[in-house]
Amino acid sequence: MQVHIMFFGQLTDITGTQELVLHDIYDTNTLQETLHELYPALANAKYAIAMNKKTIQGNSMFSGDSTIALLPPFSGG
Amino acid sequence: MSKVTENERYQRQISLKELGESGQQKLKNSKVLVVGAGGLGCPALLYLAGAGIGRIGIVDFDLVSLSNLHRQVLFSVHDIGLSKSMKAGDILGKLNPDIEIEVFNQKLDNSNALEILAGFDIILDGTDNFASRYLINDACVLLNKTLVYGAISRFEGQLAVFNKASIPTEIPANYRDLFPLPPADNEVLNCEEAGVIGVLPGIIGTMMANETIKLITGIGEPLLNRLLTYNSLNNRFFEMDLVVMPETKSMIPANADSFKAFNYHWFCNINSNFELNQDDFERIMNDQDIQIVDVREQGEKPLIDDFKHSQIPLSHLKEQIPDMDAQTIVLFCQSGKRSLSAAELLSKHYGQSRKIYSLKDGIAGWQKNK
Repeated sequence: MQVHIMFFGQLTDITGTQELVLHDIYDTNTLQETLHELYPALANAKYAIAMNKKTIQGNSMFSGDSTIALLPPFSGG
Repeated sequence: MSKVTENERYQRQISLKELGESGQQKLKNSKVLVVGAGGLGCPALLYLAGAGIGRIGIVDFDLVSLSNLHRQVLFSVHDIGLSKSMKAGDILGKLNPDIEIEVFNQKLDNSNALEILAGFDIILDGTDNFASRYLINDACVLLNKTLVYGAISRFEGQLAVFNKASIPTEIPANYRDLFPLPPADNEVLNCEEAGVIGVLPGIIGTMMANETIKLITGIGEPLLNRLLTYNSLNNRFFEMDLVVMPETKSMIPANADSFKAFNYHWFCNINSNFELNQDDFERIMNDQDIQIVDVREQGEKPLIDDFKHSQIPLSHLKEQIPDMDAQTIVLFCQSGKRSLSAAELLSKHYGQSRKIYSLKDGIAGWQKNK
């Protein structure tokens, strides 16, 4: 199972990349733990998660290859 | 103005078969409020006035400064030091004298928001801080107003239409379905700190005007319950569906009185003040991702069984901070003093990764309130 992760806004300062592909991850909690291990500063950042282009809260299982978007709030106007 | 001149002014859009004279009449009958006459507000206002929105409100208390001019396209060097809302009103009046413009040269806050917003059909949020964004969202939910949301950071923008159902039976999504809680004060940089490319608010602000015109005239597919992001560096758009979260409703003040009592500045600057008043506590105490902790020493009375909580005495917290998973932590003690110390300890430990509150007036206040 493949998870394609997209980072938006200032989260890319933390990750150094806009996109990442991870394998063999089966739910969003595990994905978040893995990402927080890879990028510890991500654990302190606020972001919304969209799975396959739908926002989610709480843990969600991947039912196949999936796209995840991590979206920080923007305040600028 | 005569019908003939009016038709001439709007001829290029009336000739669109999707819009036509009936669409133009709808624009004329509509009332739109733009909060923030800044990077997003300026282009939005220009196009809304040009399109013939019958009544436009402008809220801004700020003054024009030189560093605004690379993106706030209504203003010139001659306007530096002048009121943005008044200057914007002046310029729009010259652009289109046939429309009514109402200037609110004041800061939108919870004492005036409901009254100001009530006079309009659609609200555009072009503000530059989270306190205003949550305040406007909550006011729109309470008043059942459509909210056209735009926000920017550096080279990226976000756009959405909140609080407008696509079919009558649907519960529409709002800002808190996307971001239930604001980030900590210093977690997200504003335009001043982070920088912004001037064209970006021009693009997003213009798209906000476009969504507004679509909503009023009923053409196209406005971003109802959807969020669009735009990256100006690689021209990528990304769209997602906003799912309504069951706990959102409980986070929004239930009525005008609790809205007026809600401290949005405090809510968005939690580190300067941890105190949670009793009403706010009652509103969030049943949230899913919350841990409520009694920091009194063992054996202290009265025992509390009104809400689920754990016990971690302050003396233990001073020795070691335990792992706490909840996103929101509410601490309480007898009077609210020790829980404030505990909040400071936890805040040092967890940084901005948690919302940490101390129940104001503690159990004493809670029992008095019951």
